[in-house]
Amino acid sequence: MIIQVDNPVLEVHDLTVSYDKNPVLWNIDFSIPKGKLVGIIGPNGAGKSTMLKSVMGLIEPQSGFVKVFDKDLDDVRQRVSYVPQRESVDWDFPASVLDVVLMGRYGRRGLFKRMTKQDKEIAMASLAKVNMEKYYNRQIAQLSGGQQQRVFIARSLAQQADLYLMDEPFAGVDASAESSILSLLQEMRAEEKTIMVVHHDLQSAYEYFDWVILLNMRLVASGPKEEVFTPKLLQETYGGKLTLLDSLSNFIRRKELPIKG
Amino acid sequence: MKELLEFLSLANANVRYVVLGVMLLGASTAVVGSFTFLRKKALVGDAIAHSVLPGICLAFMFSQYKHPLVLLIGAFISGWLSILSIDIISKKSRIKSDTAIAIVLSVFFGIGILLLTYIQSTGNAAQAGLDSFLFGQAASLIREDVMVLGAVCFLLVLTIYFFFKEFSILSFDADYATSLGLPVRFLEVILSTLTVLAIAVGIQAVGVVLMAAMLITPAAAARYWTNNLTKMIVLAALFGAFSGLFGSYISYSAPKMPTGPWIIVCITIIAFVSLAFAPERGLFFKWKRKRSKEINTLDENVLKIFFHLGEQENNMFAARKIPALQKRRYFDEKKVLQSLKRMMRAGQIEQEDNTWKLTETGLVEAKRIARIHRLWEMYMSKFLRMPADHVHEGAESLEHFFTPSMEAMLEQDLDFPETDPHDKPIPYTVKNEF
Amino acid sequence: MSFDYQIILTGALVAASCAILGCFLILRKMAMIGDAISHAVLPGIVIAFLISGSRASVPMLLGAASFGVLTTFMIEWLSKKARMQNDAAIGLVFTFLFAVGIIMLTLFADKLDLDAHCVLHGEIAFVPLDQLIINGISFGPRKAWLLGGVFLFVVSIVIIGYRALFITTFDTAYAVSIGISAVVWHYVLMALVSLVTVVSFEAVGAVLVVAFLVVPAATAYLLTDNLLKMIFIAVTVGILSSFAGYFFAKFIDGSIPGAMSTALGFFFLLSFIFSPKYGLIGKRLAKKREVFQNT
Repeated sequence: MIIQVDNPVLEVHDLTVSYDKNPVLWNIDFSIPKGKLVGIIGPNGAGKSTMLKSVMGLIEPQSGFVKVFDKDLDDVRQRVSYVPQRESVDWDFPASVLDVVLMGRYGRRGLFKRMTKQDKEIAMASLAKVNMEKYYNRQIAQLSGGQQQRVFIARSLAQQADLYLMDEPFAGVDASAESSILSLLQEMRAEEKTIMVVHHDLQSAYEYFDWVILLNMRLVASGPKEEVFTPKLLQETYGGKLTLLDSLSNFIRRKELPIKG
Repeated sequence: MKELLEFLSLANANVRYVVLGVMLLGASTAVVGSFTFLRKKALVGDAIAHSVLPGICLAFMFSQYKHPLVLLIGAFISGWLSILSIDIISKKSRIKSDTAIAIVLSVFFGIGILLLTYIQSTGNAAQAGLDSFLFGQAASLIREDVMVLGAVCFLLVLTIYFFFKEFSILSFDADYATSLGLPVRFLEVILSTLTVLAIAVGIQAVGVVLMAAMLITPAAAARYWTNNLTKMIVLAALFGAFSGLFGSYISYSAPKMPTGPWIIVCITIIAFVSLAFAPERGLFFKWKRKRSKEINTLDENVLKIFFHLGEQENNMFAARKIPALQKRRYFDEKKVLQSLKRMMRAGQIEQEDNTWKLTETGLVEAKRIARIHRLWEMYMSKFLRMPADHVHEGAESLEHFFTPSMEAMLEQDLDFPETDPHDKPIPYTVKNEF
Repeated sequence: MSFDYQIILTGALVAASCAILGCFLILRKMAMIGDAISHAVLPGIVIAFLISGSRASVPMLLGAASFGVLTTFMIEWLSKKARMQNDAAIGLVFTFLFAVGIIMLTLFADKLDLDAHCVLHGEIAFVPLDQLIINGISFGPRKAWLLGGVFLFVVSIVIIGYRALFITTFDTAYAVSIGISAVVWHYVLMALVSLVTVVSFEAVGAVLVVAFLVVPAATAYLLTDNLLKMIFIAVTVGILSSFAGYFFAKFIDGSIPGAMSTALGFFFLLSFIFSPKYGLIGKRLAKKREVFQNT
């Protein structure tokens, strides 16, 4: 069940990604329509974060390519925003909430030009959207998990992009933060933005997303949730890894061999 | 040369002490250091080594006498203090452990330097030897030192022998050790104590600045040769002892030279040689393995061409010229010739004048590759859900990686299909074997 | 300016340049890379001295500093290509280069204006002996001018690259996702650290420069939650230690850089215990307040 779409916002073509020469994603090939809230679902170690990272060019793929708005990522970076996992940074870092959100403006303003009043206004407006405006001067070391997550989302909003890739934005946040983040994502969708979210909770996934990608080292399904959420496909996603893929990738890693044609 | 023989004959009693002492020291610090290395505490080791300096100076200031045992106790106390300080700083504040290590290392060493220069300025005649603790002076070892050193080394090795199993579990997986109910905290204290002791006795020959390498480098070198812990430790000890021997020879032939740096250069060169030439893990062997895989891939690709052409013309044993092969897929002329000759030697190809053809064995191999290629294409379209027009490229690269057992798995997972996604037949050699 | 203050000024300039870079090093969890670089530039320095005599020229200094960058390359190569665990790779590379440096130093001892002691704790006391004299007028120690120039250079690069260093330090993945090269800024920082350790070498030696890099930054890290403030506090702590260390060393007649690092350690200890937010006592008080408010 892999539904390809016309005029996709994001097209992933035959992507194979290795970590330490060990293939973790095998020939992933899908496309995403505009204005959808997309969930990437799969068990732990299925390669969900790795896929987002390789879409953003943080990991060099072994083979395959990615097109965003039918262009190379480097030509449209301004229109794509990435939200890393909250745990990937050290929140003891000496910075304020506003400092972090302003990073979202670096891409547009460049590294060396001064931030304008407009940049600050956009940053404040982004904070307001996540209900964090009164904390703008707070040190990030003093935030709760849910607040940290909202700061990350505000930074991404400040980028004013059209496609958002979020890595586990619901991880480790409490129920009220989760529902406020969700309604924000729904608002963004109403503005024709496309949002891809890595999510690990199968229960809520059906409720949250319009379009679902099922992933477990290989692509199991990609399509509207009604069509993808079938017992057979879910069973296939969560039913464990394919032993052959495992032995192949172990073999390649053990021998430390490059894969070439 | 004469000098070397004289040295190796150990005729001189002083030389005997020095050689014995430094070799013992190199071996036993390498044994203790193997665990430091495995527990990824190399940099803590460096911090401890720098931190024993103030202890030595204070011990000297209080006793006014350079007895090895007194200095050892001083070094031991300040070494332990440095471990505790690193622990407290990283646990009781937001400072991360690498910064804590650097703080303790540099501040303790600064205090040590201050004390050392203070002692020098007070002009105590006996202080002359304290300098040798900075870069090491093997030749300054006397009988008294070697006695203390020997006793400590014996203690170190004995403790390791006694707790060997516990230490190895702890080093490989501390969580697992806890789950087994081992007294992890106690074992860690013992190991840290051994590390401090090893450093405290080692600095006279190697010096505080370079002592960390004496712990870590032999183990890092030995790691390339084996996956077995006991063998690794024995190798590390041999490397350590050899570097010690080398260092004491330098100290003998050039008395003005500090020995520490020579010992470290020697052990590091051993490590470089190991990482370059050790079988399995060494870079040279990895390179060779990669190279032979490339050759193998080329041969398999050439065989596959024979198969494809044969399939097309329904004549598997037709004799073909090189340009005919190149038409199907571009190969470098020289390389393809080498490949053909190689396969001729392996009995897979026969040559007649300028033409080449498959033998029976060659056909079996060619079929195997084509079969894996087509099966893997089938697998990708079935299990990886790839459209038929995408599968060829992936199969081109991975077909060379299948072992017989993986091939069997492939056949079984797919239940022996007749054709591939492009409707080409899958060439089985012996079907229904399972 | 008396010799006293010339020495303090030199120490303060070393401390200030180091403190700025140290802030980024510790926030990137690269304190020990700083340690490795400071040891590993020794062979470069010895070669520079051999070629150009005691007065190392600027190109020579840059050449010596390239050894620092080479060190980080070697460490990366060992851990990526030769699969050595990272901590061991750091330990192996810097001890090796340092050992080579010491051997060269002793081999060419008669041709060099350096000795092994200088390597360990520098010769800051001799700095005033080499004055910059133009037209017969003395403009203060030559070394202080060099260090001052390097300080200004460090400050200007950090000002220009502040945003880049800030974002690549806090969140590398995000920085790369918006098109900022984390690798370039990593090497900019490594090059600056190498340059500063090389020019500070004669003053404070290869080992104690680590104290100047790491300790002021760590002290400041416990006192503030603002990166700019952290940098300013670190510089201040560094300069204060230069004063305190100098007079302490004079008092007990010991090594000046040794006393300066001791003073740095002392300031760190103060901050570790008494910092209102992150000190031992501060944290305990905050906990008590919380308990009090909750009851």
